[in-house]
Amino acid sequence: MIEEETITKAEQKAQKIAHQNFKQPLSPAWVILILGVVLLACVVFSVGTGALHISFSEIAGIVSHKIGLSDTPILEEQKEIVFWVIRLPRVCLGILVGAGLGIAGAALQGLFRNPIADATLIGVTSGASLFAVIVIMVNIKFFGIINEYAGAYTLSFSAFAGAALTTMIVYQLSKMTGDGGVTTMLLCGIAINAFVGALTGMMTYLATDEQLRTITFWTLGSLGGANWTTVISIAPFVGVSILFMPYLAKSLNLLVLGESQAAHLGVNMKILKRSIIVLATLAVGSSVAVAGTIGFVGLVVPHIIRSIFGPDNRYLLVGSAFGGAIVLTIADTISRTIVAPAELPIGILTALLGTPFFLYLLWNQKRNRV
Amino acid sequence: MEVENVHFVVKNKPLLQEINLKAKTGELWAIVGANGAGKSTLMKLLSKELVPTSGKISFHEKDLKKYNLKELAQKRAVLAQQNVITLSFTVHEIVLMGRYPFYESKPSQRDLSIVDHCLHKVGIIHFKDRMYPTLSGGEQQRVQLARTLAQIWEVREGFILLDEPTSGMDLLHQYETFQLAREMMQKGYGVIAVVHDLNFALQYADRILMLKKGKIFASGTPNEVLTGKNIKEAFGVSVRIIHPDDTPFPVIIPEASSVAVI
Repeated sequence: MIEEETITKAEQKAQKIAHQNFKQPLSPAWVILILGVVLLACVVFSVGTGALHISFSEIAGIVSHKIGLSDTPILEEQKEIVFWVIRLPRVCLGILVGAGLGIAGAALQGLFRNPIADATLIGVTSGASLFAVIVIMVNIKFFGIINEYAGAYTLSFSAFAGAALTTMIVYQLSKMTGDGGVTTMLLCGIAINAFVGALTGMMTYLATDEQLRTITFWTLGSLGGANWTTVISIAPFVGVSILFMPYLAKSLNLLVLGESQAAHLGVNMKILKRSIIVLATLAVGSSVAVAGTIGFVGLVVPHIIRSIFGPDNRYLLVGSAFGGAIVLTIADTISRTIVAPAELPIGILTALLGTPFFLYLLWNQKRNRV
Repeated sequence: MEVENVHFVVKNKPLLQEINLKAKTGELWAIVGANGAGKSTLMKLLSKELVPTSGKISFHEKDLKKYNLKELAQKRAVLAQQNVITLSFTVHEIVLMGRYPFYESKPSQRDLSIVDHCLHKVGIIHFKDRMYPTLSGGEQQRVQLARTLAQIWEVREGFILLDEPTSGMDLLHQYETFQLAREMMQKGYGVIAVVHDLNFALQYADRILMLKKGKIFASGTPNEVLTGKNIKEAFGVSVRIIHPDDTPFPVIIPEASSVAVI
């Protein structure tokens, strides 16, 4: 029992040190705090920027008037309307979509045990957009029958169904080739992307001018359709995902060891897989439903977070949600100001800026090894 | 841990037949056999990764099927054969994962101390902050061994299942690993290990289970099982067993058959 004593001794010693030492390792609360502050700064910046500039003090005035802290409305009523009706819902939508894509990307990378897995690369996003486009087509044909019955949620639900279906297909296929199965996963993603591409091409061929615009919207992504209705319609989906995903962080960490090893350490793989697939597709599906396919956020953001806070999923999942929100808020601000008064689809921007940054990250990681 | 008349069949192909085994705590069992004899399959059955087609495995006098994964994780640790990790976790983080079944959200100071102690035991404390994927195969295997130890450390009458624990390790660490297994056994753990090196099996095991084509070929003490005749039949290699005067245990040497040089 000498060893037990050494452990107890070491434990007591460590406790003493812990009391003296103020510098604790980063806890998830710190990660949330740091990223939360950054996000808030981005939101204030984004809300104030645009054709009509709103300064920080004006934003403070508008908000405090609304919640009843001050009685005097600010002088320019126009700014207040722009703030509440145009800017804020759009920023909120950006936050929700970004957070959803970020956390789903991080969780999928954990599930596939591969840092290359991303909703876009493995075809989940295109699966979702395919279903969404089908709904739009059917909807146009039958003059809103679907909308009459299910309201604004129809699109979210069908996008979710499309996302879930493709994730299941990809996952099952990648499992058939054995552990890991990156090749199959990517091939499957390529196949689904090609299939959706073909359907999109077909629709482009048949489409009227108006439909063409919708198709472009789906393939390039945009937050232009933002209003409070869209924000409210995706909030529960993304919210559920962000609330429950962090509970899976410990199991996802164990999954890094391999499926059977995780099971030996008490992880129920079946439940874990299903929860991740459902939660991730909820987030991705509903994001695609309102904003189209926005590439690279789900891939790059978890990588950024990982290189800052390490690969531990307890930080990674929450961090990626915040990171995604930050990235998308900034990207959307740029997309609507850079070619004003027109708007650059945000998907173009994220891919344009994301790709070089991602390559830089990979290069840097390789260089820092050993 | 008791295995009674277990069969395991995949697609009408029997992988294991009539396996009986009774491993007690404080015993070190070595499972030996040629490639494809069913050693790893047996380990998977023992760790509940696979369920036997017929027969029964009981663990601490309770049917293995009746345990849930969480309970089992707190009673036995498994070191599997393949451990590929692509994400850059540090060695310390990997070993700490062995403690996951024992805490909810934050490791206690005791968990951390156990991890440190296990890192010491396996002799990898000096690279506890290295990234796992940058380590060599043998070093990675030692990290996994430390994780396995950390999982079982505070369990009384726990079982440790090791599937080729020394693969990729150099001679010194192979030796140290078996010493460690022996030490754990003396502390009251039950150890079951798949062993390839028959000399190590002979030197360290209390009991040996020899498998051949999914059946028990021999079972018992090392001296009973590891005879020249048994090894010849199970492995297809003629060996000589010599008893050097200055070692307490015999040594198995394969007999060199002349290699045809063309």
